Amino acid sequence: MVVTGAEVVVKCLQEENIEYVFGYPGGAVLHIYDELFKQDKVRHVLVRHEQAAVHAADGYARSTEKVGVALVTSGPGVTNAVTGIATAYMDSIPLVVITGQVPTAAIGLDAFQEVDTVGITRPCVKHNFLVKNVEDIAPTIKKAFYLARTGRPGPVLVDIPKDVTAQRCEYDYPRSVAMRSYNPVVKGHQGQIKKAVQLLLEARRPMVYAGGGVIQSNSSEKLVKLVRMLGFPCTNTLMGLGGYPATDRQFVGMLGMHGTYEANMAMQYSDVLLAIGARFDDRVIGDPAHFAQVPRKIIHIDIDPSSISKRVKVDIPIVGNVSDVLDDVLRLIESATSRPDGEALAAWWAQIEEWRGRDCLKYDRASPIIKPQYVIEKLWEVTGGDAFVTSDVGQHQMWAAQFYKFDKPRRWINSGGLGTMGFGLPAAMGVQLAHPGSAVACVTGEGSIQMCIQELGTCKQFRLPLKIVNLNNRYLGMVRQWQELFHGNRYSGSYMDFLPDFARLAEAYGHVGITVESPSDVEGALQEAFERKNELVFLDIKVDQTENVYPMVLGGKGLTEMILSEDL
Amino acid sequence: MRHVISLLLENEAGALSRVSGLFSARAYNIESLTVAPTDDPSLSRMTIVTSGSDDVIEQITKQLNKLVEVVKVVDLSEAAHIERELMLVKVRATGKDREELKRMADIFRGRIIDVTESAYVIELTGNSTKLDAFFDAIDRNLILETVRTGVCGIGRGDRILRI
Repeated sequence: MVVTGAEVVVKCLQEENIEYVFGYPGGAVLHIYDELFKQDKVRHVLVRHEQAAVHAADGYARSTEKVGVALVTSGPGVTNAVTGIATAYMDSIPLVVITGQVPTAAIGLDAFQEVDTVGITRPCVKHNFLVKNVEDIAPTIKKAFYLARTGRPGPVLVDIPKDVTAQRCEYDYPRSVAMRSYNPVVKGHQGQIKKAVQLLLEARRPMVYAGGGVIQSNSSEKLVKLVRMLGFPCTNTLMGLGGYPATDRQFVGMLGMHGTYEANMAMQYSDVLLAIGARFDDRVIGDPAHFAQVPRKIIHIDIDPSSISKRVKVDIPIVGNVSDVLDDVLRLIESATSRPDGEALAAWWAQIEEWRGRDCLKYDRASPIIKPQYVIEKLWEVTGGDAFVTSDVGQHQMWAAQFYKFDKPRRWINSGGLGTMGFGLPAAMGVQLAHPGSAVACVTGEGSIQMCIQELGTCKQFRLPLKIVNLNNRYLGMVRQWQELFHGNRYSGSYMDFLPDFARLAEAYGHVGITVESPSDVEGALQEAFERKNELVFLDIKVDQTENVYPMVLGGKGLTEMILSEDL
Repeated sequence: MRHVISLLLENEAGALSRVSGLFSARAYNIESLTVAPTDDPSLSRMTIVTSGSDDVIEQITKQLNKLVEVVKVVDLSEAAHIERELMLVKVRATGKDREELKRMADIFRGRIIDVTESAYVIELTGNSTKLDAFFDAIDRNLILETVRTGVCGIGRGDRILRI
């Protein structure tokens, strides 16, 4: 069948069973948009800014096991999308981003809306392609999906010049892909796994530290089985929340810069640390030299060899897909005759319970001003702990991570690596489209929400009944917190002198807006919001301006050098 | 420590910039980088001379391996290997210098590949220290222009980098 390049693009998306393409049209992608118009299998979601297209595709991908797809035009379409692409890259989210390019003959001539897309995006994609021949479109898109979803997932970009989408060729979607230069490891090294299991069974102060790799590889059940079988404590990274149920007794909370006292202490003083799909980043273990002061054996399971021994030297590296490696680990433990020393484990748990007794997340519950932590606790109660929660970046993100107890994977959607303000609302759109009928909350702040607030229009057009929980403290809260701690309370640029009336702004977009100013109104407002199942409700909640996120490990400090709220 | 890293990569547009971009993005050193197609025209072979601690070199090889177009990576300097570099030197060759430069070229097993009334172009190959030594052996004031290819390397004996 002879078709145009644009038809090939759309047929490929159909072949990949893509439900939604998030995008924004423009000159270089007009042929593709024309083909999208002529069919109804792949639905197009028109965003209001290209950054949001990529975030929405990202939210869709994070909340499902699927690859998210975005489509933008050349030049500014691409540069606007870069923030979204970099966000996905840092968190290893599988995306295929299709970008229009100026016609082949115009490339390099500073044509209208021309940028070097492949060059600009190279450092923030897993891989990218410029397709110069119409026959190459189908094999390239096939490769793009394969690369995006296999190995360590990530965004893959396919740049297609306008003339190529108009040329005609025989359409044939390849059944399979083989790339001699790309063969991701799946199974872990059996000898290493054996050694790891031996070490786990001999541990006296064990700790399991699980990150986003558990979510990506859909291994939560296996993680839970392993942790319960061994009776070990477990912590999750910001990216790993929901990988182990937060309401379980063996869960010691999130670790890291704003992790719990018990999680950070247990990390530091463990004698055997099992790291699964996590990467010991700077926000997780603080100063690596301080972390190395306590001798411990580290087992590290990760699909990306370059994540192993990058910041922290490990003793037993296991390169492989977390799910496959955990299968092997579980099998070996089940058949092992020995079990970890019960007495040692009991003593370790007694120590952890003592740390837990510090109640590091306590806050003033009697405050006459709304405390942001209280709002998240109520959000958890009102939604039965079962909502999809997206967040933006800053204090509200940390409170959501600390106080919404995620029991299931893929429920917590946030920009962990890049820390992109403006992520929350568009990501929530992708989540809601992937899960129609489910409760989707976007926890945000008055700073972040304004970075992509135009998407309220998209939400109206596509009838997305999101619940926006705006923790409005009239400050760029995390910046203000650092300025309070490091810069002598000089709040340079962190106070917003003017803010819109968010409730009325939401109404202007045709949504429901509610302003909440008293603690006694919080629960009722949340209930009302979630009862309005078919409407987007924007809750503008005026919270304490001076509340800080604790515990806190200051930048460059050791993991156990935490500031607790009680110290102040 | 100085390391010589050799890699095979797909001979495709943009592959070189992925490698050089990786080095600049992650602040790794590049002393020299050479690349050309191999006997199999679909593959290019690249030799990178870099330096760094063992941890940094480990990260460099891992990050290179991660690039989708890179097929194979070896650290040649881990074992016995040979390095060669080609240099062309244009020197002012007049009067008694003509004979002296000819003699030096011979001692260094170089060849004079272009001759004019006032200049020679000398071709020299060897490892980098030999080429450096040539500069010390002649009167530096006579040097008009130099160009070096950067190091290319290959393992000795049974060490073979092939797919």
